[in-house]
Amino acid sequence: MARYPKPAPGSWTEHYPELGTGTVSYEDSISPEWYQLEREAIFKRAWLQVGRVEQIPRTGRYFTKDIAAANTSIIVVRDGDDVRAFHNVCRHRGNKLVWQDFPNEETSGTARQFTCKYHGWRYGLDGACVFAQQEGEFFNLDKADYGLVPVHCDVFAGFIFVNFAEQPAQSLREFLGPMLLGVEEYPFGQMTDRYAFRVECRSNWKVFSDAFMEFYHAPVVHVGQHPSQLRAAITQMGYEAPHYQLDGAHGLVTTAGSLHRVWDMPPENVKPADIATRSGLFGPWDKSDLGELTPGINPGKIDPWGLSSFQFFPNFAILIWEAGWYNTHQFWPTSHNTLVFEGNVYSLPAKSASERVGREMAAVSFKEYSLQDANTLEATQLGLESGVIDQFPLNDQEVLVRNFHRATADWVHTYERELARG
Amino acid sequence: MALLPSEFSELEPLAQRWSLATERERWAERMSSSIDDMQAFYDAVIPEVGDAIAYCDKFPLDEMPEDAVNLLRLIYSFVMVSFAVELWRQPYPPDTLGTKFERISEPLP
Repeated sequence: MARYPKPAPGSWTEHYPELGTGTVSYEDSISPEWYQLEREAIFKRAWLQVGRVEQIPRTGRYFTKDIAAANTSIIVVRDGDDVRAFHNVCRHRGNKLVWQDFPNEETSGTARQFTCKYHGWRYGLDGACVFAQQEGEFFNLDKADYGLVPVHCDVFAGFIFVNFAEQPAQSLREFLGPMLLGVEEYPFGQMTDRYAFRVECRSNWKVFSDAFMEFYHAPVVHVGQHPSQLRAAITQMGYEAPHYQLDGAHGLVTTAGSLHRVWDMPPENVKPADIATRSGLFGPWDKSDLGELTPGINPGKIDPWGLSSFQFFPNFAILIWEAGWYNTHQFWPTSHNTLVFEGNVYSLPAKSASERVGREMAAVSFKEYSLQDANTLEATQLGLESGVIDQFPLNDQEVLVRNFHRATADWVHTYERELARG
Repeated sequence: MALLPSEFSELEPLAQRWSLATERERWAERMSSSIDDMQAFYDAVIPEVGDAIAYCDKFPLDEMPEDAVNLLRLIYSFVMVSFAVELWRQPYPPDTLGTKFERISEPLP
């Protein structure tokens, strides 16, 4: 019944024999102790995406990012060609350095220096302490010893990554690996029309991520997004992806473009508002011309191609759509069973009102189906936390979920081994 | 003073309520409206959407006159309401009340 060929071993899962095909436990998603290990083993050691360079286009532009999993807040700032990151903590008395109105909320702006709200110590964009209030009152104080604490920071394709390790085990490019490096030439930097979303949700960060790594759920959870007369057939047809790919902890799923060609369908099977706006669940119908894309965007060479969803371990994803737009997902744990989800929809700057209307339809669709996901995943967390069941099956369309939990466990076990060795 | 261009005067009675600047306002209006109210709004707007978009297209996005911006915002509300009317037959997608999904930034207008 497979609509697309599978790799020689007979399945995508068996193509990667280290995955096995057995049932899995989600104890890793309900255990507070395991989450504490993940914080140390993953969130303080892996490269984490925190934003785009377009957010800080000029010297002095900055944003703060609160990363609960690493128990810190950082300042990310532009200084000439450099993008720098520092822990957002004043060296004098430990005050959170940059914030506005609410100490526990993120902020952004422009600064020549960062001035502490408590005693007025000031820091340059390079992190150096340049002013200590009543410096003469201190005892042998050398400001050179009191710069902001730097965080490793690097940029890939305009995405800013940080790493909280004292010395990261790999450079950012080594960490990303060849599959993810394949998106580097995509024109992300031109796509500055941005719809940004944020939600706080009561589920484990991996449980939430899981739903964004497979489309097996789509013909069930999201079937209501289609006109009612199509729903039974869509659910019955189910979902198959034409291509999956793993590169270590990272994953890729590609969807087929045939699913997206709404305009080829009989009009009675298309929502009237989609026809009116020439847009819908799969984005605007009229393709944005981005020129020829590099092969890395569609490594499975799927034709017709619909979408490539690149999963950046541990908590970031970029979804590149054939129609010439992309969106991002990010999953920031705030405890073992809560997270903040950030979603963005990016396009080329709209040239006309009709383009804006099409993107509005795409952005509203994004919210409608993300709400369905988010609420369902709270229900999943509740079910898992009941502890009634400890082993669950995963099918071949869930291969990225299987790999993701395996990879997080690998990172934790590597950390534990290193800790034991001392 | 009319909110909408005179060509769209038949939609004028809807503009006060539905020409809303941000998604946050449009979502809130949808959540607090009855399906009958939204159906009436949808039925009034859908025959005009093509002409309304074409009208807005006459201007560069950053130089739209205020009445055209109001018309564009009315179209955005049509998009917002269409999900309730065409799919859900209630303000929110079924089984989603446990979650708030905030749009925190968007291009304007």
